[in-house]
Amino acid sequence: MTACPACLRRAWLVAHLAAHLETAWRGRRPLKDILALDDAALIAALAGRRRPAVEAAHEAWSPDASLAACAAAAVTPVCRHDAAYPARLRTGPGAPAVLHVAGDPARLEALVGGDVHDGAPAAAIVGTRRASPEALEVATALGRGLAAAGVTVVSGMALGVDSAAHQGALDAGGPTVAVLACGPERPYPASKRALHRRLVAERLVVSELPPGTPPWRWSFPARNRIIAGLGRLTLVVEAAERSGSLITADFAADLGRDVAAVPGRAWSPRTRGSNGLLRQGAEVVLDVEDALDAVLGLDRPVTTGAASAGAELPGDLGRVLDAVAAGDHVPAAQADGPGVAAALAALADLEGRGLVRRAPGGRWVATGPGH
Amino acid sequence: MPAHVATYALVGIESRRVDVEVDLRAGLPTFTIVGLGDRAVREARERVRSAIVNSGFTFPAKRVTVNLAPAYLHKSGPAYDLPIACAILAAAGELPAERLARLAVYGELALGGEVRPSRGVLAVAEGVRAQGLAGLVVAPEHVREAGLVEGVSALGAATLRDVVAILRGEEVADGGGSPAPEAAAAEAPGPALADAPDLADVRGHAAVLEALTVAAAGGHNLLMTGPPGTGKTMLARRLPTILPPLGRAEALEVTRIHSVTGLRRSGALATERPFRAPHHSVSPSGLVGGGDTPRPGEVTLAHHGVLFLDELSEFQRPSLEALRQPLEDGRIAIVRGQRTAIFPTRFQLVAATNPCPCGLAGTGACRCTESDHARHRRRLSGPLLDRIDLHVAVGRPTGEQLAGPPLRTSARERERVVEARERQQRRLAGTGATSNAYLDAALVRRHVRLDAVAEGHLWRHYDRGALSARGRLRVLRLARTLADLEGRDAVAATHVLQALALRQDDGVTAVGA
Repeated sequence: MTACPACLRRAWLVAHLAAHLETAWRGRRPLKDILALDDAALIAALAGRRRPAVEAAHEAWSPDASLAACAAAAVTPVCRHDAAYPARLRTGPGAPAVLHVAGDPARLEALVGGDVHDGAPAAAIVGTRRASPEALEVATALGRGLAAAGVTVVSGMALGVDSAAHQGALDAGGPTVAVLACGPERPYPASKRALHRRLVAERLVVSELPPGTPPWRWSFPARNRIIAGLGRLTLVVEAAERSGSLITADFAADLGRDVAAVPGRAWSPRTRGSNGLLRQGAEVVLDVEDALDAVLGLDRPVTTGAASAGAELPGDLGRVLDAVAAGDHVPAAQADGPGVAAALAALADLEGRGLVRRAPGGRWVATGPGH
Repeated sequence: MPAHVATYALVGIESRRVDVEVDLRAGLPTFTIVGLGDRAVREARERVRSAIVNSGFTFPAKRVTVNLAPAYLHKSGPAYDLPIACAILAAAGELPAERLARLAVYGELALGGEVRPSRGVLAVAEGVRAQGLAGLVVAPEHVREAGLVEGVSALGAATLRDVVAILRGEEVADGGGSPAPEAAAAEAPGPALADAPDLADVRGHAAVLEALTVAAAGGHNLLMTGPPGTGKTMLARRLPTILPPLGRAEALEVTRIHSVTGLRRSGALATERPFRAPHHSVSPSGLVGGGDTPRPGEVTLAHHGVLFLDELSEFQRPSLEALRQPLEDGRIAIVRGQRTAIFPTRFQLVAATNPCPCGLAGTGACRCTESDHARHRRRLSGPLLDRIDLHVAVGRPTGEQLAGPPLRTSARERERVVEARERQQRRLAGTGATSNAYLDAALVRRHVRLDAVAEGHLWRHYDRGALSARGRLRVLRLARTLADLEGRDAVAATHVLQALALRQDDGVTAVGA
């Protein structure tokens, strides 16, 4: 598994021109058109007065430095001429030349290998960084449910919805891949360092940018085109009107992939973006079942993690779980005097089984839609 | 030959003996008070002079020098009026000095000679007993309070003339001169007032009621979170009604503290545990005590009772930090310059807070983000949460519950609490811990033994990251109390589960954080 010199040079060039891409992005030049240019045209379009210097560097470039940098960062470059490169990403001239993979590259095949329809099933879950607790809970549950059914959860490891989706997939022991807007060895954002470490060790973190590249403003939308390209479905959990998640949804629609969204409150500015997608015809996702239907099709075998767990609950646990899922945040309050001890014990039992969680503030929230 | 009268200065919540000496010399008439008095003491000159003249005595036309000994002790307040007046009259020969020498005198004077009530009579009476004096002359309102101390005969005097009459051995019209009967001191708790708080006033809130009983039974501190207007304050106010009744020694201590600070004027022995709810703008010294002459703070006023901190996240950080020593040690040392005062602070803490900055988390109208929640949590964390075992969410009761019958009554819960406390005291005798809330890791190991099922529950929570190591210790303490409430020696799995549902665990961070 490796990368051919031409592709490595392309990756180097994109990183080398990062500052110029930033200028182009600020000047509102369409990113996908720029990234579709070949090397010479890209330099001509972006480098301006530095063009001779960039061209000279481009001429003089040798793969040794890039390969050494990758080896030093424990990153494997996989170019689009390599068999391990996900076929679903070879979508045209704008596709990334090289995927820099942090983690064992042999996992690529199982996680996002093959064509988008016949290969490993994958779905992108994206949403706002400033997520409400409910959105976090939904993202975690969707990540958990999709991953438990064997669907790879693709996201961007950002604060809020993205990392909640990764976390849910990890909780379920299922497949997940993070796509970063900087070198894949960099934990960005820094507060998700622990998540990054775990994804590198157990799953995969990928990026089109070589190791050492810092995140740029333009690299987030560029990263979003990879997220959209890896998934059969792009699922937006919570997005305001001008959200990066909508860019991901746009890329997905351009690629002919499905777009879905979790509905939010009608007039809330926090969900105006995701609700707008629904108005444009995105699929409605209310729970894991809906998401699985959208990814795997209606003829999929029934694999319902949460529902079967609920059905097997002994005694009163099912009733208490339903009460919590119905939004009764203090269900013990419904019990009478003598029943309260049993209700409290049932809550703790459910928490031990991972079916409810104590949110900040002491109230209980269901980790799934109940049974 | 100078005249002497014994009186007492209040230092913190204790009394310190002060000797009032008066010397009369020939010369131009002057009136000087020395001995580190504050303005109220200096102004005593005018009150004493007028009171003596208006009571029909003659103010000596001499050089009058009053010394308040010991001279290094700062004296404040108007309660030196009466002893100064008595000493002057004794020096002038109007009073029998030898009778006066066996008594202590304490009170403020009005210009007309009436004796006014003063703060801290119980503390003074305890000083009188410690010094072996025969009796204490106070305003008639204070006879009952002074009589709470056994062996002190309290002499009530409404006016300066009464004082003189008592000392001369004459009868006083209203019988104030007779020692307070001991019966009045051991006043039985009166019939419960109709509007006294009771758990029977509460509708719904089953989980919170359970948490209150557990808090009372094990002495655990309690955190309540819930949207505004759900009844957190109302519930907290009812915790004192289910705590064990005050013992006599405790009652005397509470009465003394509240008398010294002027909160309690009836003179009767305290029967209810105090409930203090300082506003969140309280300063650190207002909360734990302080000032130039150290005064007790809210934590001391809540001694043997309940300290309720509403809107916990709004309190200034320094105020909350200052609570650490009182919570850990049950007392607070206030050091101000040369002076140190030690106040007792054995209170039970009940804290209440909104679940998030907007207060509406869980109602669907909350607009706070993950980071808002994290900030809110950071404001709460710290040394205070470390001492809180119990955490319960307070929700809005349903209409059905509001219309229904009360779930519990204070009388019944207090019985359960008293029984559970007795079990703990038998078990913990000689260990220094007074209730399950004070169990350290070693005592928990000795007194909380779990079977395999219960251990399994704890491990499942721990493995899921839902329980921290510190949280585990708190759960075990709570489980011990839950078993004590059921009268069981062994802690069963169901106790551990209930304890898990009621735990306060600041060591655990939420998903995605």
